[in-house]
Amino acid sequence: MPIKKIVELFSSLRLMVVLLAFAIVLVFIGTIAQADEGLYGAQAHYFKRWLVVGASFFGHKIPLLLPGGYLLGTLLLVNLVCAHICRFQLTPKKIGIQLAHAGIIVLLVGQLSTDLLSRELQMHLAEGETRDFADSATSYELIFLSGNQVTAIPEKMLKEGGELKSDSLPFTLRVKSAWKNSDLTFRAPMLQNGAPLTTNGLGRNFNFKKVEDVRKMDQLNVPTVVLELVADAGSLGTWVASGWAGEASLVEAVRNNYAPMGAELAQKIAGLLIAPQTIVAGGKSFILTLRPARVYNPFSITLLQATHTVYPGTDIPKDFRSRVLLNNPQAGERREVEISMNHPLRYGGYTYYQYQMDAGASAMAGARTPTSVLQVVRNPGWLTPYIGCAMVGLGLAIQFLYHLVGFVTKRKPA
Amino acid sequence: MKKWIPAGVVCVMALWIFGELRPPLDKDFGFTQFARLPLTAGGRIVPMDSLARNSLLQIREKQTLNTEPWKGWSEKPRILSATEWLANVMMHPSVADAWPAFRVDNPDLISLLKLPEKDLAKQSDGKHFSWNQIQPALEAFDRENERVQTVESARRTAYENAVAKLHRRLTLYVRLKNTVQPADAPDWPAGLAAYEAFIPEGIAAVKAQQAGQPFDPAVFRRFAGYVESFQFMSRLESPLILPPAGSAEWRRVGDVLLAAPRDGEIDRSLRDYATMAGALAANHPSEFNAALQEYTASLVPAQARAMNKARWEVFFNRMEPFYHAMVLYILAGLLAVFSWFNLSETLRRSAVGLIGLAFVIHTAGLIFRMVLEGRPPVTNLYSSAIFIGWGAVLLGMILEKFYKNGIGCVASAGIGFLTLIIAHHLALEGDTMEMMRAVLDTNFWLATHVVAVTVGYASTFVAGFLALVYILRGVFTKTLDADTGKSLARMIYGIVCFATLFSFVGTVLGGIWADQSWGRFWGWDPKENGALIIVLWNALILHLRWGGFIRERGLVLCAIGGNIVTSWSWFGVNMLGIGLHSYGFTDAAFQWLVLFVVSQLALIALGLLPARLWRSFRPTPDPAAV
Repeated sequence: MPIKKIVELFSSLRLMVVLLAFAIVLVFIGTIAQADEGLYGAQAHYFKRWLVVGASFFGHKIPLLLPGGYLLGTLLLVNLVCAHICRFQLTPKKIGIQLAHAGIIVLLVGQLSTDLLSRELQMHLAEGETRDFADSATSYELIFLSGNQVTAIPEKMLKEGGELKSDSLPFTLRVKSAWKNSDLTFRAPMLQNGAPLTTNGLGRNFNFKKVEDVRKMDQLNVPTVVLELVADAGSLGTWVASGWAGEASLVEAVRNNYAPMGAELAQKIAGLLIAPQTIVAGGKSFILTLRPARVYNPFSITLLQATHTVYPGTDIPKDFRSRVLLNNPQAGERREVEISMNHPLRYGGYTYYQYQMDAGASAMAGARTPTSVLQVVRNPGWLTPYIGCAMVGLGLAIQFLYHLVGFVTKRKPA
Repeated sequence: MKKWIPAGVVCVMALWIFGELRPPLDKDFGFTQFARLPLTAGGRIVPMDSLARNSLLQIREKQTLNTEPWKGWSEKPRILSATEWLANVMMHPSVADAWPAFRVDNPDLISLLKLPEKDLAKQSDGKHFSWNQIQPALEAFDRENERVQTVESARRTAYENAVAKLHRRLTLYVRLKNTVQPADAPDWPAGLAAYEAFIPEGIAAVKAQQAGQPFDPAVFRRFAGYVESFQFMSRLESPLILPPAGSAEWRRVGDVLLAAPRDGEIDRSLRDYATMAGALAANHPSEFNAALQEYTASLVPAQARAMNKARWEVFFNRMEPFYHAMVLYILAGLLAVFSWFNLSETLRRSAVGLIGLAFVIHTAGLIFRMVLEGRPPVTNLYSSAIFIGWGAVLLGMILEKFYKNGIGCVASAGIGFLTLIIAHHLALEGDTMEMMRAVLDTNFWLATHVVAVTVGYASTFVAGFLALVYILRGVFTKTLDADTGKSLARMIYGIVCFATLFSFVGTVLGGIWADQSWGRFWGWDPKENGALIIVLWNALILHLRWGGFIRERGLVLCAIGGNIVTSWSWFGVNMLGIGLHSYGFTDAAFQWLVLFVVSQLALIALGLLPARLWRSFRPTPDPAAV
């Protein structure tokens, strides 16, 4: 019977052993590769993948074919479930092992659901600021704003050489360049500059260039796109839309970067960066920006106070803390909450974590308004690790104690 | 008679350690009392003694100063306590600058600084140098250092690492020199009095200047000179030695001097320190001791708590529990190994006794640290080494209690010794009781996740160590009979089960902590992956065993693999220098890690030799057939 054979294979200990061995190799290679490919790159290349082709190993490329994280996880899940169904026994000797394996199943399913359903966002707030939306940490959207009408085009639709058309826009977009991560330099008037990227808007004052994708966990890619807008009557020129201009904290970073050249000039540069790029077509004017993709909530959060304390006489951070006002008019809820390291706020299906902060002595020295960045995560499966861990821990402990008691009593002279 | 030998051995060693607890007697200057003065460094209250030891450890890699390192031990070189060294650095730098307190090993760096080679006649050992010897080459050094600072730390060469390290050492030294007084003050009490007397005149000049009225430019310049020199002291971020006055925080001498014109008076504690400095520089012990006495008395009652904590920490420093435990572990390990060859129960019992004594000291040290810090046992890489050793010794002793064959003893002693050596080297990085960064500042997770993971490490190492015993005894000696082999395999199996439980629970708890503080349960961060590999490896061993894919020898060989996997997770992943968890970087450790991994692979290869090449397990000719 082939079906019986297949079930046997999928519930076999042999498969489990093979999967565990592959998992060790994969995790090891995927860790080493982080030094070359960065954390996110390695995640995408090894773990969030069905098949891994080729790997980097201490700066060398090695030819290699491995099952990826998805494949291993799925097979492991199938193996565990099959084995569970085939060999389930409710005996004291087996109960611990059964429980532990059931816990692993919960963990695997939980991770799968997290991977599919969870969403990571960020909320950048200056003291006194109120927001009812969170920004995506990884994806941007191209915005054409005309009066109250917003046309948003997700970053991933902007492919180099591609053409886009929208009913709400009286022109076609030709994507000349789309850089996932980019850098900018100010085209100082007194310096020798190369030819500008474009003679419209941002491009007049800034040079943008493509740079390598970020590698570290605490860094983010900042995309830039170069577009030609073509109306029926002809080209409306080439325009640059950059993430650097679309996010207050990035503008702030640019300003700080130029601060050594004088506060006034830095301020001017920041002003040029956020100056609106207006395109007139079809009797309407459009403001063009590239900003982090937004998710709106039915409630708002106001940052009341951001505090960053250090240990006396050092710059070792002791505490980061944001006091926020949570306002949900629909539910008639209006209360103050404190969010600090290890103490997130769970509300409305989202969890708000203290992530980054510019406050305390350093902000005061630079005369900056204290700001706080909250990591906003939506993860319907967040409870599964807690349950899974408890099940496995308990199961292994039962099993272990069962054997230990047996061992000790056996050794006692009768 | 034989019955009493083990007890006797333990008593002798206990007496030796007890004898070392007595504080040394001061000949003239009251450095013992000076050592107990509380201050704030690295964000926590420490005694002068800890500041001195930690600083000297960073600068010279020892807790004492040998002022004549070119002399052999038989010639009795002059050895100073860390506190005596620190007191002179802070208050009498002209003497301290001539002491060879800086350790420099890198030959390229030595030649860059034009330091003397080893030459006994010229009083140089070629490794330890004084500030005065380094100082002339500082310009060249600064240029090199500037370049090195731009190189990413993971990509630095050995020479560049040495430059960066010396830069840290020099910075620390200058910081210490500017803790009590401006380093270049020839006679600080007089200098302080002159400043104080000058304040009204200086303020008048500044006010006149600001109001656009005529003023004496010489007076103005002199005042600006004071301000500049005190600002320099303040910017160095030297330790806060002055007790709080009014506010809750301890204060830095530079800051108090800068604030003096505004406050209108100079702090009394600052004056006491100045008197001590003057007396030390002028070699007047009684005056020094009187000022020290007066200052100590002034700290009561407001700083009674800080003083109490400082006093206990001095006691802990002097106890050196981990050093003493380490010595005992070596002795015990040797005794236990010998006991296999002559099957002496006396030797084995002596070893058990010594390990017991060492374990008591080890535990006392661990608890002492926990109380001083107010934290669970593991807070950094250093304390993880201490705790892994502790857990492994405990496990080994439990095995010994059941099997009574010396194997548990050797495992205890071996791992205890190795982990404490590792801890000793990690302590060179600086204060081992440093404050916890914001995200780590949670005793709950430190007590659960970190402890569970560390117990997982410890038990995986115990299993691996037992496996080493199996291979080494089996291949090289005839002492491994079938019964011992079987019991070793059983021990390994049991410990692997135990390790699986703890490493799994610890790893998942870590995920839950990450979920609580960063919003993701699992992020494939190197440290998380390292822990995951340990879990997977242990699970693999168990499944291989259950499926009958491996038997006794296979289990043993896999357990050695556990050593590799654990050392990788403990140290290897930190060297990748990426991820949220990389808080424990050490550079020279990389070569040791590679060496360790290679040695383990060699032992696995050794274990794969066919059984006929092993000295144990050879089929003995049947006596009946002869």
